[in-house]
Amino acid sequence: MTADVLPALTAKARGAAHPQGGPCAHADAVLAERDDGTVVRHGDTVAKAHAPGTDPSELSSRLGVATELPEILLAPLRSTCVDLHGRLVTFWPYGTPVDPEAPEDAPWEEAAVLLARLHKVPAPPELPPMRGPAKAARAIGRLRAAGPHPAAGPILRAWAALPDWARGEAPMPDTRTLCHGDLHLGQLVRHPTRTGPWRLIDVDDLGVGVPAWDLARPAAWFACGLLPPDEWLRFLSAYQWEGGPAVPADADPWPALDVPARALTVQTAALAVAKSVAAGRPLDEVQQAVIDACERMVTVPPELAQGSTK
Amino acid sequence: MQCPKCHAPMHTYNRNGVQIEQCSGCRGIFLDYGELESLTRLESQWTQPAPPPPAAPQAYPAAPAPAWGAPHGGHHGHYGHKRHKSFGHMLFSS
Repeated sequence: MTADVLPALTAKARGAAHPQGGPCAHADAVLAERDDGTVVRHGDTVAKAHAPGTDPSELSSRLGVATELPEILLAPLRSTCVDLHGRLVTFWPYGTPVDPEAPEDAPWEEAAVLLARLHKVPAPPELPPMRGPAKAARAIGRLRAAGPHPAAGPILRAWAALPDWARGEAPMPDTRTLCHGDLHLGQLVRHPTRTGPWRLIDVDDLGVGVPAWDLARPAAWFACGLLPPDEWLRFLSAYQWEGGPAVPADADPWPALDVPARALTVQTAALAVAKSVAAGRPLDEVQQAVIDACERMVTVPPELAQGSTK
Repeated sequence: MQCPKCHAPMHTYNRNGVQIEQCSGCRGIFLDYGELESLTRLESQWTQPAPPPPAAPQAYPAAPAPAWGAPHGGHHGHYGHKRHKSFGHMLFSS
């Protein structure tokens, strides 16, 4: 059914944008077309077909959080999802993303403040776990499926050294904090477009878990020598100023960040190798830097986060 | 000449060919017409041929990093003048 999702989804977006029907001058645009979701835009309306196999009740409770927290997450146009050829579809207003050509203008402070606020909101009781560790495990699955590669060894060894919870094989040590689950620069939009406040998007991985996971991608990029320290510190300090609970306000954040940042480094390395094999392309120096970090990890055991056993 | 502010006597000094008057009481300085411009010009001539300052080994504030992190100062040097395209893509990928 995947093949006909795109035209059907486009028709859905058009229908949601113009409930009265009739001709319009808006162009249709495909914003994303991946295994884990297809996103199309029509005018100010965005329709997302979630990954095949998405659990409807879990998606509904995640959608409910976005509806409840419009100051933090982009609020959906409809608080329920609809079924389209077996795929769940949700509707959103269009927001202006971070310019991929100018990531140096990334709203690091705003992202950090939104995360800190999200982490401080009491999570609704029925919310499923945040899916970060499950996503990392899926990336390892893709690496294994890609076949032998010289970089696979260090990546798998770094993966094996992680605690069970970070590999999605045991419940997370924190089961009460509301987390986004998949933060990167593609998860921020301004709504209303261009001048509105920044909001977090994509609730697919949202849930309860270890909040440091949401800081761990920037942390991993910094640790791998990719994100300049000043950008990392802008992000981290803004989070601490806002009173986010993932790291201490005035002490070394790395005991809390270490395991999630390792996991996201491993995840990034695994996907880089899988994609490089699939495309028949060698790894570039940025991807190599992430794999080098996996090699170094094996020589240093993971830090035990304070209170991680509670 | 007397200082217009505290009326103490002013002494004349020569700085790189520019005559300046300094008060012996409040240490205030009096410049004649055009002397400020002369000093500014001299200053720019002084700084222009100077070699650029050597690049600081760590131009960023020190940030704690994990033991498995990239070596201090980064032998990769991925950040700097221009962000690597591949990293640009990574910033936006799940």
